[in-house]
Parts: sequence; structure tokens; C-alpha cells
Amino acid sequence: MTAIDKTDVVIVGSGFGGSIPAYHLAAGGAKVTVLERGPWLAANDFEHDYLLGSSYTRAFDFVVGDGMSVLGGNCVGGGSVVYFAAMPRAPRFVFDRQGSIGRRMWPSVLSRDTLEPWYDRVDESLPVSKQDWTDVSYAGGLWAAACNHSGRTANPAPVAVDNGTCVNCNFMMAGCRFDAKRSMLTNYLPAALAHGAEIRPLHEVQRLERTEDGGYRVHFDLIDEEDYRIHTGTGVIEAKVVIIAAGAGATPVILQRSEATLGTMPHGVGRYFSGNGERLNTAIVDEDRVREVLGLSREDGPVYSANHIGKGPTVANWDKLDGSLPEYERYSLEQLYFPPGLGTILAQVPGGEEPRWYGAQKKEILNQWANWLTIFLMTEDDNEGVFGTPPPTGNAYRISQQMLGRGSLRYDPTENTRRGWALADADCKAIIEKDGLAKVAPWTNDVVGAYTVHPLASCRIGDDAATSALHPNHELRNHPGIFVTDSASVPGALTVNPAMTVAALAERSVPGIVRALQARDVDVKYGAPAPDGSITGRRAVSKLDLVAGT
Amino acid sequence: MQPEATEEERVKNMTLEAYADTIVPGEKRFPEDRAIAGAAPGPGSVAAGALELLNFDATGVTAGLPYLAQSLNDHAKIYAGEVALELDHDVPPFVALPYEHRRELVRRLTTPGHPEKDGWVSLALFCNMAYDSAAHRHTAEAIRDGHPGLLALGYQAPDADGFWRFPKYGYGRKLAELHPDTTPSGSPA
Ligand SMILES: Cc1cc2nc3c(=O)[nH]c(=O)nc-3n(C[C@H](O)[C@H](O)[C@H](O)COP(=O)(O)OP(=O)(O)OC[C@H]3O[C@@H](n4cnc5c(N)ncnc54)[C@H](O)[C@@H]3O)c2cc1C
Repeated sequence: MTAIDKTDVVIVGSGFGGSIPAYHLAAGGAKVTVLERGPWLAANDFEHDYLLGSSYTRAFDFVVGDGMSVLGGNCVGGGSVVYFAAMPRAPRFVFDRQGSIGRRMWPSVLSRDTLEPWYDRVDESLPVSKQDWTDVSYAGGLWAAACNHSGRTANPAPVAVDNGTCVNCNFMMAGCRFDAKRSMLTNYLPAALAHGAEIRPLHEVQRLERTEDGGYRVHFDLIDEEDYRIHTGTGVIEAKVVIIAAGAGATPVILQRSEATLGTMPHGVGRYFSGNGERLNTAIVDEDRVREVLGLSREDGPVYSANHIGKGPTVANWDKLDGSLPEYERYSLEQLYFPPGLGTILAQVPGGEEPRWYGAQKKEILNQWANWLTIFLMTEDDNEGVFGTPPPTGNAYRISQQMLGRGSLRYDPTENTRRGWALADADCKAIIEKDGLAKVAPWTNDVVGAYTVHPLASCRIGDDAATSALHPNHELRNHPGIFVTDSASVPGALTVNPAMTVAALAERSVPGIVRALQARDVDVKYGAPAPDGSITGRRAVSKLDLVAGT
Repeated sequence: MQPEATEEERVKNMTLEAYADTIVPGEKRFPEDRAIAGAAPGPGSVAAGALELLNFDATGVTAGLPYLAQSLNDHAKIYAGEVALELDHDVPPFVALPYEHRRELVRRLTTPGHPEKDGWVSLALFCNMAYDSAAHRHTAEAIRDGHPGLLALGYQAPDADGFWRFPKYGYGRKLAELHPDTTPSGSPA
């Protein structure tokens, strides 16, 4: 009989929610094992290639649900490897949202002010930089100029990109070949490794079980590195504390599947899912009008014609991030780039004949693809997503070798959500169609449902046991020693890109996890600097009097 | 072109070509081409390699193709009955449908609530991908070999090492006023 593998902490998933505690706990002296279902890719593996099987499909997980599809990362580093690195902090009013529950949905201890020091830590660690107008891509510039023409403001978005090394290839969704994007692979994960954390790729966690001594036994499958449909083996590992950070589309599924052995899950597990109120609009830009009306020109001939040049979102309109507006009427409008393959199928022909997502007219707009301007709407939805019966393994029935699967998420948008979408669509249209700059239409929800790259809240924190799955310290209600530190814990839509908030919450969760480990006789301390050794952020946090074990 | 083994294979391929051509239509390859309806100028999904992509096992739809083709033809027969269309028997029923009817049938099959929606949407996804990203080919090679979809989209060749770089990427000047409530870190307040 072989001895069962034992560690202090198992972390499931290596995105923002997993990497951040992995670093701090390893640096503090705990034995940390990270189980990640995806492959471990590095800069040299990141290709500029849409071929099935290149990094573009290896690093992704696209799960089609009923009314909502979720795109996430599937590799060491998780969503941080495929993300666009826009890192705004959430506006103040977000923390006062009531959403569908008729009371403040964030825990009373959390507000923009109390989260600010944790945001600062992330800011220093990645690092995040404020962008200048000279960093803005043609697409972002065009969006800014259009906003200005409509009497609106526009902001270069803060990003975690090293603009000095970025080549504006717009392939950042396939991972960054040039390491210009600050993914977890460039900061927290190497620092965690340096402190002895172990990362095991191609380990897909299926369920948890309790051990006699109050810890947890974690069951995983080994995944083939090329064809993720193939499972090559199984295994278990035991830990005193488990951190689940598999992302909002996968975390609740692992807990649901564990219900048979762990006992009943809190009501909030697998409920209240939010797609961050997201929606994409595709504008087909009229070069001549842009030249005449906005006075823009490019040095090399065309005025715009640059959809494929740049680095994801660079400019956002924040005029409706106004706390005095009623809930569901607040949103941001952010310029975005979405590559073909995943993005183009859902674009609809503005003013075309129904159905507007395929056929002859759609081909015409495909052929004007270089002149597309994509606008990303982040609104306040109603947390209406619910996960059904979990699939046998992972978070979906896998269809393709990589990427595509069918999941159990159901999402039926309420009147509030639809109204928010309609307001944002109309606003976007008013800005972009003014004086004939472009024609715009929202992506269709009819093909794969609504679509999110920012899944949230499927296992949320809160004060109220009836509507939250986690205590305000991220510990799973009635299951001590299980923490959820990822996007699943964020209570609701943020009206901006969420990774900065996901990361700040993960930073904030660490002192409590350190205390939980100490209570289980693990010799661990809190207080590591940023991954590169910087300590400004640590000083800010230490003032909070939260530091355990020092 | 590979020799087609059986009549069954020929029917399947023609039917799938007609489906792909409904998603991204193109011009006929030769005057008597029936699979391609000729609903749009320039090459469409079929010329872009839809069948190669569908037969790439990595998609996960390959094994289901014979079933999908047969089912599509069954749907086409029922549909033709409903709208009182006489189908000629030289080609599979879906292929016999004029373009606007192919389009309408696909609309019905992919409408939310249709029990087979998932399958038809997957098929449409890959047919679109053959055209807009040539997911069965290395992108740089596909562009070099003149892949019609990538060229129509406006892709240019990468640098010699196979990577795209754009030294000129922006207008380089201020184009709007910042939101008055922007924090020093560049975030909304
Ligand atoms: C294309 C794209 C662009 C984006 N751009 C931005 C942006 O510009 N700004 C922004 O703020 N956000 C962006 N996001 C969202 C951002 O990536 C997520 O909000 C963030 O990654 C969430 O962090 P997480 O830790 O919750 O989950 P993830 O980062 O998704 O990490 C979860 C990890 O868990 C792994 N996993 C899942 N199930 C299991 C299992 N059973 N066993 C083991 N491992 C498992 C996954 O493979 C993954 O690596 C983008 C997302 C995508 C997909």
C-alpha cells in the first residue's frame, strides 16, 4: 500500500484566486500544493495561431450553458494567461448594491475604502499601470474620439501590461509570447515556486471528502495533455485546508459534486451566478465618416482599419458609473478586441434581415472585419444564474479535444437585466452611430445564450447565510477549512472588468487562511512582500491590524 | 480531392457543404455545383475548408457528422412538405432546397428551445471558423497559401519569425477628456 500524499494546503486552480494565496502561504512557510486541470505553458509555447491545438485553444475553456456561455482560462495561471489585463478598481457604489436580495449583498466589512489597501497590493505586485493616450490603440482612440464627439468623457484603462515590450499583436488571448502581459506566470506563481510551492498541471479536481482528523481528501483525475477528453488516471491528496479557486464556472460544481461525501452545501453554492451583465456590440466603422467627422487619420493610409492591431481594451467610457443613478442603470462601455473563431459568429448585421448572425449579409460584414470596433458593455445583472446537476467530471461534458464543452448553468435574464442591457445598447448606439460614424448591433444571445468572460458570484461571500455561500472571510459556511478565494466569491456584477477585484479579495483572504492553518498546528506566518520584493503595499495592509502570526 | 468511397459518403459531404454554405455562403465552384447555392460573391465556408475542419477530430463533431447529415436531410424533407416545395431527387433533400429555404430551416434548427439546437449550433460554429480563422491550418501558412477567409478579413502576413508586431498602433494623442471622478491610479472613483 502506498502512503497517501499529504500537504498543508491544497489549492484548486491557479488563476488569480489560486496563485495569490499560493504565494503568500508558501512564503509564510506552509506546504502548498496547487492542482490545476490545464497544461503548464510558458512564453515559448504561446503562438500566434488559430489552429485547433495551438495555445489559443489549449489555454481556454468555453462552456455552453442554457442561456449563458462562459469563457475562462484552462492552464497554469488560469484566466490571467488569456485575459486582456484591463485592471480598473470597482466603483464605490458597487459595494452598496442590493441586487436581487433587497439588502446590501456585500458583507458590511467590505467597501471600496476597506478594499483599497488590498487593491494597492495587487497594483504593486503585477504591477498595474495607468495608461497614457500614447499607449492607446487605434481602436481605443477611435472609441475615445467618438465619445468626445458625443460630449462624453473617455479614459485610457489601467492595465497590467508592460507597454515597453508589448508589440500590439492583439494575440494576447493566446497567452503573451513576449511576456508583456502581467499574468500570474510572471509574478505570484514564480514567487510561490521559489518558496517551495508545488504546482501540478493536468490535475482536474473532482470532489472533496473529509478525513477523520478534520482535514480533507481531494480526489483528482489526470488529464491527457493534448486531448482533454481523455482522463489517464486518478489520485488523491490530503490537506488540512483546501482553497477552491477553480473560477466561478467550476468552483460550485466541485462543491456540488462533493455534497454526497461532505454533506449539504450552503444554499448559495451554485446559485446567484452573475455574468457581470456583459454584452458585446459590434460596430462597422465608416472610414470616410471617421475622417470627416472625427478628423482622425493613420500615417500609413487608412483612417482606422485596424481591428487586429492593439492590445485588448484600451479605452473605456465611465459616464454611467454614477452612484446617483438607480441600480441596473449603471454600466461601462469599453472598447475591446475579440479575435475571430470565438468572436465573429455572434456578431449580427446591423439593420440586417433576421437571422442576422449568418448568411450573405453576415459575410459582407465579415469581409469588413478590419473595420470592426467592438464595444464591451458591463452592466448590473440580477445574479440569476443557477447550476444544475453536475456533470460526471470537470465542469462540463467536453465536446472538443480542447475548449468546447456543455455545462449545467441555466441563466434566464430578468426584466432588470434586460432593461440594463437595453439602456447600455441604446447608449452605445447613440455614441457610435452619431453622424454616421458606424453602424452597430449587439451580439446575439440566441446562439449560445448570453456570453461572459467575467463569471462571478456562484459561491458568494456575504453576511447572510441564506443568500451567501461563504462567510465574509471566504470560508465555506458549515464546512470549516474550505475556503473559496476566486471570482465565485464576488457577490455580484461590478460594472467593470473584475480581475482587479478578484485579486484584491484573494489578497484580503490570506490572513484569515493563515489563522486557520495556525489553528491546525501549521507553522505559517503572514506578511510576505509583493512577489518582486516590494513592500509599499505590505506597509499599507499592516496598518489594518490584520496581520496574523507575526 | 480524395475519391469518395461510397454514395453515402457523397451524400453526407454534399449535405454538409450545403450547411456550411448556408452559414458563410460563396460562389459556385463550377456551373452545375449544387452543394453551393451561389448566394454570395467570392469564396465561402466550403472553399475555406469547412469539410477539412469538420473532419478534424479535435472538433468533437466528426463522429456525429453522418448522423447530422442524415438528420438535416430528414428535416429538409419535412420542411419542404410544410412549405409545399417540390424537391428534385438528383441531390440530397437539404441540397435541393433553394438558399432562402436552407437559411430558414437552419434558423428553425438553431432557435432557442429546439431540442437539437446544440448540435446545429456546434456545426455552425465550426463552419464559420473554417472561414474566419481557418482553425484546421496554421494561420501564417494559411495566409501564405491564400486562404480566402483570412484574406477577406484583411489579415496580412506576420513577420519572418511567424509573429505579428505593429510598431504603429495608435493615433498617439489625447482624444477625449477624462471622467472627472478618476482616481490617481486611473480607476473610476
Ligand atoms: C478572454 C478573456 C479576457 C479577459 N480579460 C479580462 C480583463 O481584461 N480584465 C479583467 O479584469 N478580467 C478579464 N478576464 C476575466 C479574468 O480572467 C477572470 O475574472 C479571472 O481570471 C478570474 O480569476 P479566478 O481565479 O476566479 O479564475 P481563473 O483565473 O479562471 O482560474 C481558475 C483556474 O482553475 C482551473 N480549474 C477549473 N476547474 C478545475 C478543477 N476541477 N481542477 C483543477 N483546476 C481547475 C482552471 O483551469 C483555471 O486555471 C478575461 C477573461 C477571459 C476569458
